[in-house]
Amino acid sequence: MNRRVRLSLFAVAAAGLSAVLVIGMRGLPAFGDYHGVYGRVINGIGVTARHATDLVTALNFDIRAFDTLGEEFILFGSVLGIALILRELRGEHERLEPHEADEHTFAGASEALQVFGLALVAILLAVGAYIVVHGQLTPGGGFQGGVILATGPLAVFLAGRYLRMRAIAPHSIVELGDAAGAAGYVLVGIGGLVFTGVFLKNFLPFGIPGHLLSAGQMDIASVAVGVEVAGAFLVAWSEFLDQAIVVRARQD
Amino acid sequence: MIVLQVAALAGVAVAGGAVALSADPLRQTLVLAVYGMALTMLFFVFQAPDVALSEIVVSSVGLPVMILLALRKVREQRLEREQQAEEEQR
Amino acid sequence: MSFLPFAVAAWLFVVGLYGIVSTRNLVCAILSLTVVQSATYVLLLGVGYRTGGQAPIFADIPQVSTAVDPTVQVMVLTDIVIEATVTGLLLALAVQAHKRFGSLDPNELRAVRD
Repeated sequence: MNRRVRLSLFAVAAAGLSAVLVIGMRGLPAFGDYHGVYGRVINGIGVTARHATDLVTALNFDIRAFDTLGEEFILFGSVLGIALILRELRGEHERLEPHEADEHTFAGASEALQVFGLALVAILLAVGAYIVVHGQLTPGGGFQGGVILATGPLAVFLAGRYLRMRAIAPHSIVELGDAAGAAGYVLVGIGGLVFTGVFLKNFLPFGIPGHLLSAGQMDIASVAVGVEVAGAFLVAWSEFLDQAIVVRARQD
Repeated sequence: MIVLQVAALAGVAVAGGAVALSADPLRQTLVLAVYGMALTMLFFVFQAPDVALSEIVVSSVGLPVMILLALRKVREQRLEREQQAEEEQR
Repeated sequence: MSFLPFAVAAWLFVVGLYGIVSTRNLVCAILSLTVVQSATYVLLLGVGYRTGGQAPIFADIPQVSTAVDPTVQVMVLTDIVIEATVTGLLLALAVQAHKRFGSLDPNELRAVRD
């Protein structure tokens, strides 16, 4: 079917879809008029019951921790898919000599960019670790902090030395980190099973809300998810980087 | 507060339209980064700081890096094929 | 004015679908899919909002039950990070499709014929 037929069919379908969406959404309560019971209960007793001041992270890693387990494994599976799809095919090889690692810089990479980029690595790793560990106190947690941790080695790439990123974050270590994070979260759940008889139930002492070591297992689960998300993003970026710069068709 | 919310929603609607109607993938990547920023402001005004943190981190670094590397790979392949076609013609 | 967030969510959904249908480049279609996904985020956060509510973080304010709903924020937060990797998976498929067929035009992709 050619383009004009497709677009006119889409016009008809979009009109129908918009009508259905608007009619359906009219049945919702007006914006700002919140009727839900679950949210009010969590807001009312969350801090005293779970000793965590950030209720979004408390829901993520404690009250609804099973949903987070599923989401974490969606992440793991899709990065596994990226690594499988971008594998080296039969007609390709990796064109990389050892001395090229130092010579690959961007054409316009000035000294200032390189210095600034290398200085950012430590700052990004520190900020990422802070956000992961303080998830139960302030906005943050494993997912956000994990992506910030992954941008640490990426700053080396952005500073103009892109093959150095493979030296700092080699494939074996990031894949190990990814798998260890996923397994760590399941081990926390099994700890709950062993000590309290319920999978993923909070089994560590709760502590005082507002202190760093509070809210039981939320900290450990947050660190496990942070390591897993950082590993997953680094694996995905390394695969794309290898494809773009290193893998070439075999010339024979 | 209500003015900020209306402004943020309008910004998101305009930026979303701009992303979907862009033609060139490279330009669309930059518009997507701006759209992520508009979404971050919207989430912030809706009193959701966790979500805003997640969105800004993903849409400014996480996604554009993958897209730009994929576009680079596609361009390199196109150049290789053109070179091979020229050599075969000779 | 109380229907505006839901209207914006419906608009984003439909315009994202239009971007997927009317493009000649696979990467443009994948990026328009991101717009469709973000329509659900706007809808979810619009459902959970409460007028005059604060963010559900009680580090410096006393605990109140009139804060904004935290449950929908949990769903959207994990969703954003995961959809980024799913988009990466689609981009990997597009790169390999270009390697196989020589073009990113959806009309030129046929069944593998060997």
